[in-house]
Amino acid sequence: MKAKHQRLSLALIALVAIIGAGLLAMSALKDQAAYFYTPSDAARDHVRPGVAVRLGGMVQKGSIRREADGVTIRFVVTDGAEAVPVRFKGIVPDLFKEDSGVVAEGRFEPGGGFVADNILAKHDERYMPPQMAGEMHRSESLKK
Amino acid sequence: MHIFANPNRFLAIARPLTPWLGWTGALLLAAALASGLMLTPADYLQGESVRIMYVHVPAAWLGMAGWSGIAAASLMQLVWRHPLAGVAARAIAVPGALFTAICLATGSIWGRPTWGTWWEWDGRLTSMLVLFFLYIAYLALAGADDERGQQGSRIAAIFGLVGAVNIPVIHYSVLWWRTLHQGQSITLKGSAIDMSILWPLPIAMLGFTLLFAAIVLIRMRTLLAEAKVEARLKRMAAA
Repeated sequence: MKAKHQRLSLALIALVAIIGAGLLAMSALKDQAAYFYTPSDAARDHVRPGVAVRLGGMVQKGSIRREADGVTIRFVVTDGAEAVPVRFKGIVPDLFKEDSGVVAEGRFEPGGGFVADNILAKHDERYMPPQMAGEMHRSESLKK
Repeated sequence: MHIFANPNRFLAIARPLTPWLGWTGALLLAAALASGLMLTPADYLQGESVRIMYVHVPAAWLGMAGWSGIAAASLMQLVWRHPLAGVAARAIAVPGALFTAICLATGSIWGRPTWGTWWEWDGRLTSMLVLFFLYIAYLALAGADDERGQQGSRIAAIFGLVGAVNIPVIHYSVLWWRTLHQGQSITLKGSAIDMSILWPLPIAMLGFTLLFAAIVLIRMRTLLAEAKVEARLKRMAAA
């Protein structure tokens, strides 16, 4: 075996070992590295009330309600299976709208509702000019 | 590749190639950015801010392609002992770090009006930040070695190979984990970006890439010239 081949096989073995270790680490991270809970996750994992978490999903169509004080809004986050009512006081991003993705930072209340301190809008990977977007912009980014 | 084991033969090609790559890249880039700013329509949801894409996506591509280049050159250095491989890897590191920083900065500026935040610790953003830190660490490591006069030292090469683990993590972060960053728009199956918005993007990517290649060639020539000066000074000191 020539020295060059020895080095090549050594490098390849090292590379396979490193990538394997990396993949193992990443798959172990899988659940912890998720950026938010979906309503189904939150129901399955019994997220305790009062713990700071992020809740992500779609804003249910027709669910946005503005309260009398003008700055508090209520809406429902859904992932198709489960739905969670959310209350938020403050300014929402421009892209926050019904039937669109949202990530709410806050905590669950004992009653099953969610109080958000911050609202982030999540858009999907489809970009198109305004005249094309009619009904076809229903986000699918949460199904992954 | 061993034709280029002789730096003079490499330089004979690199010297005339540099301005060609640089100017073609600059022209393509100017055309793509002008079209992206003036000719393409705004997005139905994000409005005008979608135009940041024409800088953000090429910068992300070059940040990741740069480290892939460092890893490939490191492998060549370790296995085949190619004399220019270490030089190439060092030459890629600075522009690679620069474009990663551009990607992070433009992404942050894009995130504020769309998502409502400058920065979030989601999988894609965090793994890209790790790439930036890897570049900084590589530069520090290679620089420290060069200062000790070990131009061909293998520590930087090993680090370059190990760091490549992060590249697939960045790529698959939006598939493996739920992230705030949206999924892949362009896959082998096609593009989720409408043609009217998409078309300047490949031109911008090509332009940025040619410019990147020109920067790498300039830096390789600089590093070779530095090594030459160093060797000449040593000879003079010995005489």
